[in-house]
Amino acid sequence: MSTGTEPYVDDVVVDDAGQQESFLEVENLRVWFGTPRGMVRAVDGVDLQLRKGETLGVVGESGSGKSVLSRAIMKILAPNARVLDGSRIRLDGVDLATVNPKKNRHLWGVDLSMVFQDPMTSLTPVITVGKQLTETLRYHLDLDAKAARAEAVRLLRLVGIPEPEKRFDQYPHELSGGMRQRVTIALAISCSPKLLIADEPTTALDVTVQHQILNLLRDLQASSGMSMILITHDLGVVAGRTDNIAVMYAGRVVEMAPTRRLFSHMRHPYTRALIDAIPKLDHPSHTRLASIPGRPPTIVDPPPGCSFAARCPSAQDRCTKETPTLVTTPDSERHSAACFFPLGTPEGDVARRRNIEAGVTAAGTPVLSGVTV
Amino acid sequence: MTELVQQRPGPESVTEIEAPLEVFDEHVRPVRRRRDFGALFGVVWIALVALAALLAGVLPIPDPNEVTNSFSAMPSADHLLGTDAIGRDVLSRIIYGARVSMAVAIGATSLSLLIGVTIGMVAGYFRGAADATSSLFVNFMLAFPPLIFLIAVVTALQPGLLTLVVALALVGIPNFARVARANTIAFADREFVTAAKALGARPLRILTRELLVNVMLPILSLALVVMATLVVAEGSLSFLGVGVPPPTPSWGGMLAAGRESLSEEPQLVLVPALFFFLTVFSFNRLGDWARGRVGRESSI
Amino acid sequence: MNAVVWRRRAGSVARFFLLLFLVTVAVFLLLDLIPGSPVDAILPPEATPEQRAAAAEQYGLNDPMWQRYLDWLGGILQGDFGRSFQTGLSVSDQILERAPVSIELAVLAMIVALAVSIPVGVWSAYRPGSVVDRVSTFMISATLATPAFVLGILLVYVFAVKLGWLPVLGWVPFSEDPAEHIKRLILPVLTLAAGECVLFTRLLKGDMMATLQQDHVLSARARGLPTRSILTRHSLRQSSFSLVTVSGVVIGRLIGGTVLVEAIFSLPGMGTMVITAIQSRDYIVVQAVVLLSAIVYLSMNTLVDLSYPLLDPRVRKVRTS
Repeated sequence: MSTGTEPYVDDVVVDDAGQQESFLEVENLRVWFGTPRGMVRAVDGVDLQLRKGETLGVVGESGSGKSVLSRAIMKILAPNARVLDGSRIRLDGVDLATVNPKKNRHLWGVDLSMVFQDPMTSLTPVITVGKQLTETLRYHLDLDAKAARAEAVRLLRLVGIPEPEKRFDQYPHELSGGMRQRVTIALAISCSPKLLIADEPTTALDVTVQHQILNLLRDLQASSGMSMILITHDLGVVAGRTDNIAVMYAGRVVEMAPTRRLFSHMRHPYTRALIDAIPKLDHPSHTRLASIPGRPPTIVDPPPGCSFAARCPSAQDRCTKETPTLVTTPDSERHSAACFFPLGTPEGDVARRRNIEAGVTAAGTPVLSGVTV
Repeated sequence: MTELVQQRPGPESVTEIEAPLEVFDEHVRPVRRRRDFGALFGVVWIALVALAALLAGVLPIPDPNEVTNSFSAMPSADHLLGTDAIGRDVLSRIIYGARVSMAVAIGATSLSLLIGVTIGMVAGYFRGAADATSSLFVNFMLAFPPLIFLIAVVTALQPGLLTLVVALALVGIPNFARVARANTIAFADREFVTAAKALGARPLRILTRELLVNVMLPILSLALVVMATLVVAEGSLSFLGVGVPPPTPSWGGMLAAGRESLSEEPQLVLVPALFFFLTVFSFNRLGDWARGRVGRESSI
Repeated sequence: MNAVVWRRRAGSVARFFLLLFLVTVAVFLLLDLIPGSPVDAILPPEATPEQRAAAAEQYGLNDPMWQRYLDWLGGILQGDFGRSFQTGLSVSDQILERAPVSIELAVLAMIVALAVSIPVGVWSAYRPGSVVDRVSTFMISATLATPAFVLGILLVYVFAVKLGWLPVLGWVPFSEDPAEHIKRLILPVLTLAAGECVLFTRLLKGDMMATLQQDHVLSARARGLPTRSILTRHSLRQSSFSLVTVSGVVIGRLIGGTVLVEAIFSLPGMGTMVITAIQSRDYIVVQAVVLLSAIVYLSMNTLVDLSYPLLDPRVRKVRTS
């Protein structure tokens, strides 16, 4: 199913005239879970590229597979997860599947690191903040106790924690949510990673703290030059902070584009639905928020066809029978979408207009009154 | 041995955690349950033992206390499981002994369940003084190591089957009371209870009509575990010689008697040991199965 | 330590004393509950009326009940549990002589159970489906279905009778022959440890499996920390609290279990003492053992209750599992 995307990989390299190769390459990644209800296809053929120093936003609803994607890269999948043959994750040209974690102990945690969603649960409750930092530092960087402590305090100060000396000896539960997330960030950057994955880093935090944390991540990235993957369900979070955005739906990437282009020239109906769902400041108050009809599809042994077809206002017969692959758009090498009837194309307009006139899509879903071409 | 442990996270209950919960969609697809052969075996075995115990009087077996002059005989056509040291038929003693085990499993557990659930539900629904009193009672019961408590009660009362059933029922009460109380509290705030209250239903009606059904599910799965432990507890007492007084046959007593000639006639020990093993195993597997069912259903 | 913790502690202590009072009353009444007059309970059935009258006078049986209770309690506070009518020996002396056997058994069994169940439980949780996990799951379900008195006899049959590796029964004091002492303890300790081992392993495995999927462990793994640290520092320390929460149950089982094991292996502990006492209707001894074991059990549980917040730095913060 990745055959359609391979030209795209080449394009990227050509696009930048070989200056910068992809730092992280994910190719046809498939992660399935064996459950009592059948195989859950959490990630089902994902291709991604990320270059050095860039930030990639991964956007999708819960259940779209974005967290499983990050856990597959970090090699921390649950025991019942299966990474299927043909999946490839390459970091700096090295296939991570071929790396022996025992021999190469300082790849995960040093080159690759991760910030989790909920700071309330992502720190070990029975170990002091300082001990968690020094343990990581001493293991990877071979520091002595004194140097590790000094470095830990420096890191705590770097992520904006007041009185780092005092916090050093405190347990996670003695800190506020925002402070804890700063600690998890300090942990994640402690060994100067080349790639930082932030999995919904602000979802569990107060709105006032969200911006501080996002800005902290941005500043750290700017000063260290690391690459970053920012995973979120909120397009607003990634809008001004990423170079590229990949939109995920039901375990696949349905659209990928440079950030500005995605907002201005989105091709996939799902992307548009997501963008429409962001409340706009210039709308009069009490405007009804746009929502996406239906519910996320089942990803247990899914039927053929586009997984978004049941909720898509553009859906045609073909969408319920064939599965679209990610294809580069004609007008930009770096923009690709997985849709038979992309928005902004003649065939897309025809499809959408036909559904609006019929009042119902080919999948049998009523077209809501607010839908326009 | 005689202690009851609830809510032990068995391996079965944990596997569900591994799956990413966010991708579950219960309404779409039924869970494919594996056939639980252990539980199936459990049902069959317990039904067999219970039936044999019930029909002991009409089965074509010798009197359990009839002494013959073939001592410690190996199994034969006359004595399918052989005879014991004083020439009594082992199969017959096993079947009559099953009466004690089943009386305990069913009688003591039911009595215990009845009292425990009443205490627990009243405590959980009314809270306040009722809760304080019942928790004092439960804590008092739990102040004695279970086997010691049983020994004390059996010492104080006349030994016999009724004493045993009552004593074992007492030991089981705290378990039922705790689970009933916790579930009553959990359900007492739910909409259907509020609705019943708003309609003017009396507490008794709410307790019996609205809450009991919901409390009974976890209680019944607990009851299977309690049955297993009470069968073991009865066996322990009989083994120690403070259970059912001889000559009434009981598995624990047979085991204790057979121990005397362990090196010469191991079958006198191995036969009751096997019956203990299979019976307790059956109750345990049924309990696991029930807990799995209840766990799943209550989580949806 | 905040105010809530202290209030809870005060509550635990108050409950301890209230229960202690109720327990002493109940155990005191034990003798009165026994059918017939307490004199029957104290004296052998063949005693003459004169002896009965003398005994009633001697034990103050004609006094009102509350006075008898206070006298009895006063004696116990001074370590006087009365005298056995059978042997005429002081019950306290007998207990002092026999308690070390029971305590040694229980402590050794606890050590063995923890030494086996912690590595097995941790590894089964870390590698579900591995050989260790499958063997332990099988052993657990087999042991769960085997009551201690059945297991003990089977062990004797296999290791002592059939294989002849170990002596059958009986007790040799450590001071007489240390090697023999240990040899004779192996089977009783294994029998007693088996049940606890099953409980610990199941509990630990279940708790660890949940803990290993928690974010903080995933986070530690994502930091590339070594497996050893992830399994011990980041998981076991938290999961081991569940072992503390069942310690009450465990102590109760150990006390009951020692009675059975001593009976199976004919060891001269408090268990055999109480069983012999029941059989010879030496109710004063039964009363003393019941009271003592209840006091030990209650005290241990209260201590666990009190120390729990000390062990857990989160001080009763909501657990995520």
